[in-house]
Amino acid sequence: MSFTVLVDYDSGNLHSAKKAFQRMALETNAGEVVVSSRPEDITRATRIVIPGDGAFPACRNALSNYSGLFEAISEGVTQGKPFLGICVGMQILATWGREYEDTRGFDWIGGEIVRITPADPALKVPHMGWNDLVIDRAHPVLAGITTGDHAYFVHSYHFKLADPAHLLAHTDYAGPITAIVGRDNIVGTQFHPEKSQANGLRLIANFLNWRP
Amino acid sequence: MLKTRLIPCLDVADGRVVKGVNFTDLCDAGDPVEIARAYDAAGADELCFLDIHATHENRSTMFDLVTRTAEQCFMPLTVGGGVRTPEDVRSLLLAGADKVSFNSAAVADPDVVARSADRFGSQCIVVAIDAKTVSPGKWEIFTHGGRKSTGIDAVDFARTVAAKGAGEILLTSMDRDGTKDGYNLPLTRAISDAVSIPVIASGGVGTLNHLVEGVTQGGACAVLAASIFHFGTFSIAQAKAHMAAVGIPMRLS
Repeated sequence: MSFTVLVDYDSGNLHSAKKAFQRMALETNAGEVVVSSRPEDITRATRIVIPGDGAFPACRNALSNYSGLFEAISEGVTQGKPFLGICVGMQILATWGREYEDTRGFDWIGGEIVRITPADPALKVPHMGWNDLVIDRAHPVLAGITTGDHAYFVHSYHFKLADPAHLLAHTDYAGPITAIVGRDNIVGTQFHPEKSQANGLRLIANFLNWRP
Repeated sequence: MLKTRLIPCLDVADGRVVKGVNFTDLCDAGDPVEIARAYDAAGADELCFLDIHATHENRSTMFDLVTRTAEQCFMPLTVGGGVRTPEDVRSLLLAGADKVSFNSAAVADPDVVARSADRFGSQCIVVAIDAKTVSPGKWEIFTHGGRKSTGIDAVDFARTVAAKGAGEILLTSMDRDGTKDGYNLPLTRAISDAVSIPVIASGGVGTLNHLVEGVTQGGACAVLAASIFHFGTFSIAQAKAHMAAVGIPMRLS
């Protein structure tokens, strides 16, 4: 029985993420979806999601504040459980976060999280709103999603990857912005699939049925 | 390329939409959740709920509304009206809002913006600025639905809240709100040029060209309107097609 845990570490809004995952789990017969910060739930999970909103150091620290939580996530990912990170939940996969202060990430996907500096100074930061995706590499989680499809972004920092092989999709904001990363059983999206209407729900359904 | 956002706004009081809404196929035209679903299906880029007479007693009604909307609409939702403290922000985020908008409370104490942004991130903190023209090229902040003058310069205030960590400004021209004469373009341009965060233009839309002008002349990143959509004068699709036709990047699918 598939059992997906959305990791609760006191970050922003988990309610809409939970509802989106539960709806797609129901529609695709992909088992149960719960929100939890208990390591024993993570250990029991067959899929792990770190949703997110907020600043890198605050999220990293919040995750560390729950005893055994990071260890349980890390062990699950090592065992090959499908993992999805959303927004700052994707950014913490990096080696370093440079928001406010230098903070170590999980270092599961090499690179650093740096401030967006659009080549056109008239462009606003945060990068907020709907932007179109350019798919760089086919992936089961992106099935049915094609170049030109829109997703909802809201962020001031972005993922500068060490290895371009980990880039699954990007978007353009007077320069490329990493939109989706992945390797092995790990994927991460800078945008919010739970806020991206039909395209986002499709990605969530794909993840819930992905067998890496 | 990032698209310009089109945002329908619902004025809500005691859990009901204040102005009548002229959608043909709604069971209950006064229910914000039903209207939100209709806008979601129509391809609106975001939604905005404003609780126009928020009181302590009716807060739970708004939370319930936000929760039910977030269960059914997988698109960004901004909620404002009566937001005073970081705790208010937290309650609305937990209910399912994506962004929370400060208005009078930020005028009284701009530091509430900093305290909220530090805790929840700038991305979810909006400051709603209601401004009136006091002399040509000079705009002042008004509170309490435009009735109370503050003596605070709108452009200075926009810079202040941006520096405090606001992620976005929802700018309403009180001279234009409800007139259908179009946005106050010099005001919109002045605020948009003064800050590096996105500005949403609001107040006064009567035609589709007004939406266009908000972007091309006002420099807004997003345009908000209420009555032209609620009364069925124009659909979301018509508005987007019109804006796209003059070269504004819009999300059409």
